[in-house]
Amino acid sequence: MTDKKKGPKLVSRRNTLKGIGAGALLATTGMPKMMGYAQAQTSEPIKIGFQVHRTGIGAAYGRWYDRTTQAAVKRINDMGGINGRPVEIVAEDDGTDPKRGAEVVEKFASQHNCDIAFGTLFSHVVFGSAPRAGELKLPYFVVSEGHHVASGKLNRYTLQPGITDVKSQVQAMAPFVGDNLGKKVTMIYPDFAFGHDHRDFFSEAIERQGGQVVAKIAVPPAETSFTKYFPKIPRDTEVVYHVMVGPAVLTFVKELGEFFGPSRPEIFGFIDSLEAVDINSPGLEFLEGTYFWEGMPRYAQANQTSHDKLYREAVGVDENGASTSDPKDVSTFAHMFGCWETLNIVKKGMESAGYKGPEDRAKLIEAVEAMSDMPMSDDHPQGAKRFNGKTHQTFGSQYISKVTDGKLVVSHTTSIEDTLYEDEVDYTTQPF
Amino acid sequence: MTDIQRSNWLHIGVVIALACSFFILPEYHSGNLARILVLAVYAMGYNLLFGYTGLLSLGHALFFAAGMYGLGLAMQFFDFNPIAAVIAGLILALVVSICVGFLALRTTGVAFMIVTLMFAQAGYLTILYFGEYTRGDEGFVIQQADRMVGMIDLTSPMGRFFTALLLFAICFFIIAYIVRSGFGLALVAIRENEERATMLGYDVMRLKLQAVVISGVMSGSAGAAYALLFGYAGATFATVQYSIFPLLWVLLGGAGVTIGPLIGTIFMFYLIDYSSAITPAYMLIAGLALVLLTLFAPQGLAGELRRRFLPWLP
Amino acid sequence: MEFGPHLILASLEGAVIAAVLAMTAMGLSIVFGIMRVVNVAHGEFFMLGAVIAWWVAHLLGGHPAVGFIAALVFAPLLVAIIAATADRLVLQRIDYDPDRTIVGTIGLLYIIQQVTLMTFGPEARPVEAPFNQRLAIPWFEFGENGFEIYWPWGLSITSYKLFIIVAAIAILTALWVLMTKTKIGLIMRATQQDSEMARAFGVPVKRVYAWVFGLGAGLAAMGAVLVVPVQQAHYLMGHDPLLLSFIVVIIGGLGSLPGTVIAAVLIGMSDGIISVFFSPTLAKILATLLVAMVLVFRPQGLMGKLRS
Repeated sequence: MTDKKKGPKLVSRRNTLKGIGAGALLATTGMPKMMGYAQAQTSEPIKIGFQVHRTGIGAAYGRWYDRTTQAAVKRINDMGGINGRPVEIVAEDDGTDPKRGAEVVEKFASQHNCDIAFGTLFSHVVFGSAPRAGELKLPYFVVSEGHHVASGKLNRYTLQPGITDVKSQVQAMAPFVGDNLGKKVTMIYPDFAFGHDHRDFFSEAIERQGGQVVAKIAVPPAETSFTKYFPKIPRDTEVVYHVMVGPAVLTFVKELGEFFGPSRPEIFGFIDSLEAVDINSPGLEFLEGTYFWEGMPRYAQANQTSHDKLYREAVGVDENGASTSDPKDVSTFAHMFGCWETLNIVKKGMESAGYKGPEDRAKLIEAVEAMSDMPMSDDHPQGAKRFNGKTHQTFGSQYISKVTDGKLVVSHTTSIEDTLYEDEVDYTTQPF
Repeated sequence: MTDIQRSNWLHIGVVIALACSFFILPEYHSGNLARILVLAVYAMGYNLLFGYTGLLSLGHALFFAAGMYGLGLAMQFFDFNPIAAVIAGLILALVVSICVGFLALRTTGVAFMIVTLMFAQAGYLTILYFGEYTRGDEGFVIQQADRMVGMIDLTSPMGRFFTALLLFAICFFIIAYIVRSGFGLALVAIRENEERATMLGYDVMRLKLQAVVISGVMSGSAGAAYALLFGYAGATFATVQYSIFPLLWVLLGGAGVTIGPLIGTIFMFYLIDYSSAITPAYMLIAGLALVLLTLFAPQGLAGELRRRFLPWLP
Repeated sequence: MEFGPHLILASLEGAVIAAVLAMTAMGLSIVFGIMRVVNVAHGEFFMLGAVIAWWVAHLLGGHPAVGFIAALVFAPLLVAIIAATADRLVLQRIDYDPDRTIVGTIGLLYIIQQVTLMTFGPEARPVEAPFNQRLAIPWFEFGENGFEIYWPWGLSITSYKLFIIVAAIAILTALWVLMTKTKIGLIMRATQQDSEMARAFGVPVKRVYAWVFGLGAGLAAMGAVLVVPVQQAHYLMGHDPLLLSFIVVIIGGLGSLPGTVIAAVLIGMSDGIISVFFSPTLAKILATLLVAMVLVFRPQGLMGKLRS
């Protein structure tokens, strides 16, 4: 068994080896007096199973989630690891598929003996994997921005402490859209559960602002041509609200521009529609002056914080949100910070729980549930967070940016209060 | 020993060996095997239609999903207990396979492939269209607390494994019985030469419809079992990809061999699992393996076994 | 938008889809018709065309037209060579056995996708169109002042999309000439009708098959090069073209090239036009069922001959 575990993983672990080495060195030299068994145990790495979308529809996100995760782990190990033990990432591809996702979680729990599982983005993979994580009693930290965790549909072992959920994001947008852009909104969204969340939560929120959604256009999945749907946008629309995912997002935005030509209404979009896409791609000129939600501002702003700076340098992202080694390789900047912040929360949780091994998994969950306010820091470069231990969901500021001279410039930052909503579940009442 | 005795011993032996393996294998692999057994049921359903009757369907995910959603929605919205929900799943798969069979069997060959493909695609889109109830692509979780049959906890490793094995054994024996029965031989006759079967006085249309329905319900039972044992129902399982999987498993294992689907499913599962442990580019290894298999094991693994060593394999 | 302009817009969009589909499906139809094998990797040849187009345009730089024209030449050629090699290495060795071809081409599909993912990456990458003006389209109405022409909001197409339609017609015409007026076409048709007899008359059937397989893949790649300035190159983009062209070939009638074109136009256009009347996903469901029903009631396809 041990051979099987060690041999094959070399390639995916290579990147972490350096970090582990440094961490291990620190861990052992830092405590020279500990002997024998105790030393062996303390220097044994904490294993984090990383469920990564390397192939399938989520691969563009997966690559950047991977880079961010490696950078965060390197930083943690450089600072001495967790409880003096180095962190080791065990990465497994889930193919962006819920069946394989569940299999990967099983592999983390019973073959790799990971301490926790972490990192899933696409919400159908979260749904497919979470039941198995709960049954195997494996803490499962997702970075998905879905409303699944807070809706109460999952279990006590599943948490989302590092990224806000779609419900809070969407409802925080409504006041800005209603006050600044217009009251009559047409929504265009994918005909997926994710799109339906946008539809339902935004419609509700804009009505509270005295606004109205005049048309809801759900685009079928895997669609590659969009113009034929745009005539359903009513003439009296003041704002087009768009959110799209998948490889055809650039076509979608381009065709939207071609459809309207010179006389466009106000346009407000979720950056998901252009995540990992250069905003200066040919055909996107019309986006100048339109607005985007951003989880974290892709372009370094004039008032850039030292935390943002450190984070970009560590991950290898330049001031335009692209890779430092290839300016054409645009990151998924609005989402991937969640990996960084989640790992830092895991570290804090393990430290305050005095985590030693899998037998302390429940203690780790309780320690994270006890967390609440987390100020902006190097650990939380996106901004301050407020974690709700009952719903296992974090809340934080959202950014609204305007495209100005081909760059996204933040024009409004919501408060955490704007994103709060009533609890829908109390996971702490569930047994472990 | 006669061939019939041999094959009886083979089928019983396989089931006993599987049961023993639960106590021998490490937890990870016995967990995998539970999933493989459920998927092998899906492949066995497929094999009856493709391997024995000669009808290549590209839409079996529709039946799998019918079982999955029949069970899932019944538990989610009507609080059915697991047994009643499984029956609901089977009934839905039955109804869907009768409708599809009735229409699609007007065609043969490639047209049959396309018609089944289109029906499955329409089914997938319908799941998305009714996203309010099905939660579309995201799907829904069947809570752990609801997955109890009497005192048996289906979420425990043992409960899950032996439920999967029970379903597998039932379907395995049904298939073993069918292929030896007059009905099964008639299906093979249709596969070999449909015109001759008609001239011999078989009601070909009726036999084919029966094959579609049995195959569809068996696939549906796999879908229901998957949702029940692994706690999740989602539209991914209704996509084309999941229609192609059973075809692939059956062709790899050996079409028209009773143990072919099991062997193919195990092979494909571990091909992905082990190659993904060697390199992130595991699809490359899987692809190469498939190409090499077509070159050197043209009748699938069990098919080769039958051709070379065990001519009596049913 | 009013009904009339909406219908026009949907039809134009449908025509663009139909044009690309006709080329991709024609590639599959030739392979299917002549070699009688289901090539599951056909969509991947489409994808390779788009990806190579991006490489070529990216390497050349300069005016977008330079890259585009170079891509239009090199991408189909390269893809054809890859396909012909695959035919030699795999399909010929398994003697075009239908079942084994399915598994073999699924294997090819995995290999091509993974290699593309490792070299090209998971992003969707755009290729700039050589020209792309927005052309507003006028519409008329009989109002209070009698007959009037006006410019409805949103009713427009781009010059490049029109070019796709024209280019597809030109390429398909050239193909038709190749198949019916030249010796190459004659050899191909002879092989299709009776490969044994063709062999007896000295046709190098094996080499013809390799050429046909290459030609089919090249056509798919050419369709992809045309569409890549509108869509983007992405390593999973081959999935839909595979399914759609497969459907088109069967609906058109196996082995009937005119049938393939007619079916491509029907399916491309119906996809656009049905979306005028129903909500998008419902429209897709109906269009899908419509295709199934065509085959249920006409199993040999639109232009196919009923085989006894």
